[in-house]
Amino acid sequence: MNVNLPTPLVDYTSGSRNVTANGKSLAELLLDLDRQYPGIRFRMIDEQGRVRAHIKFFVDLELQRDLNFPLAVQSEVMIVAALSGG
Amino acid sequence: MVTNTKAPTPIALAILVATRKGAFILTADKTRTHWDIQGPHFLGQIVQHLVLDPRDGKTMLAASRAGHLGPTVFRSTDFGKTWAEAKKPPQFPKAKDGQAGLAVDHVFWLTSGHASEPNVWYAGSSPQGLFRSDDGGVTWASVDGFNLHPDRSKWCGDPGQDGTPDGPKLHSVTVDPADAKHLYIAMSSGGVFESVDRGESWTPLNRGVAADFLPMPDPEYGHDPHCLRAHPLFPDRVYQQNHCGIYALDRNTNRWDRIGDNMPETIGDIGFPLVLHPRDPDVLWVFPMDGTSVWPRTALQGKPAVYGSRNGGKTWQRFDRGLPTAQAWFTVKRQAMCADLHDPVGLYFGTTSGEVWASFDEGENWCCLIQHLPHIYALESAALIPPTRRPAAILRSSKSIAQ
Repeated sequence: MNVNLPTPLVDYTSGSRNVTANGKSLAELLLDLDRQYPGIRFRMIDEQGRVRAHIKFFVDLELQRDLNFPLAVQSEVMIVAALSGG
Repeated sequence: MVTNTKAPTPIALAILVATRKGAFILTADKTRTHWDIQGPHFLGQIVQHLVLDPRDGKTMLAASRAGHLGPTVFRSTDFGKTWAEAKKPPQFPKAKDGQAGLAVDHVFWLTSGHASEPNVWYAGSSPQGLFRSDDGGVTWASVDGFNLHPDRSKWCGDPGQDGTPDGPKLHSVTVDPADAKHLYIAMSSGGVFESVDRGESWTPLNRGVAADFLPMPDPEYGHDPHCLRAHPLFPDRVYQQNHCGIYALDRNTNRWDRIGDNMPETIGDIGFPLVLHPRDPDVLWVFPMDGTSVWPRTALQGKPAVYGSRNGGKTWQRFDRGLPTAQAWFTVKRQAMCADLHDPVGLYFGTTSGEVWASFDEGENWCCLIQHLPHIYALESAALIPPTRRPAAILRSSKSIAQ
């Protein structure tokens, strides 16, 4: 499925904001992203499995806070780096 | 003073500048008269600390995080031309199911290990955590002897209430140059602790240090050391700039002595950084800050000055020639002041207003090396061509402060 990345993460994808990854849930998708782009997951998910403060996941334009949220093959995933101050 | 038109060749000295918006490297030739600047590295990222490994002279680590993203460590072996992220950045152990567990907010401090352990590094984090790398910073492991110690939360206090404004920190990780197993750490808050078994077990080391924000008169822990330094050649001499004064510790006594009491009363002994002379354990410098009423933590009266002592803190001298004489309200953070290895020693401090100031005569005269950098978090000096003067051997309990 298509995944849209925020600009702070494009160092991992050679500058590309649009990549493809697979998974039956957001959690699995993040593991696949990390397999393709090592290190990218830890910048979004802490060592206790919590989503970091300024990271948000939208699936088909709906905000999803549960990493177990199921994904379909045609899902569009957008990862957003929300406001974090100056 | 920094110029791009006459780059220093060869580069003998570097000042590594970590800022809230990236990192910069100031370079100089051996005369320290020609300076250049490299960077920004990691523009826009928060860089807490940038350190060159003195053991190999080429491995450089940067503690970094972007405002939106989690913390990591970057590594360069070509003096910052290219950087690679740690394959496993510092992270706390996964908590058991049902428990909250700690997460590194930012890596705050980096320390290269003992000379006999060439690939070992230590990192301190916010919240207070200690991590070790055995492969030059590529992968990091939790020092569980501290991070999982049953008393850790008691030592560190409530992360929301007992830390510094931007998060409680473990800093000043110091490896005894005479003993690779002997480590010091300092925590804001928490106090100073030491380990004699490479971090397996820890003992508070705070006797004699005031903690006037706590109700008990001489608590075992819970203090707020801002900066701890053990002398590289006389490691039994340890100093700290604390939230509650300037202290020296002679390991013969194991009780801290408040040498800041000898500072001028109108100046006081509050500040963040403390810098040691690389060869003389009796010589140190501090940068006093305003600790009155609501703790402005700015230069006192808007007139910045370095204070130095050449007798272990028994007497102090003001050094302000060349520094702004009025309306200068910057702060110098705990890791934003350093010394080089030259003779006479060069001193450097970076300000929250993005200036780097230097003295090439041990504090007598100051000049501004560069302005308009971002808010400076840390300065480290790095000798790329070590001065020809050979350092003396490391001495144990060579002299006491009272001498």
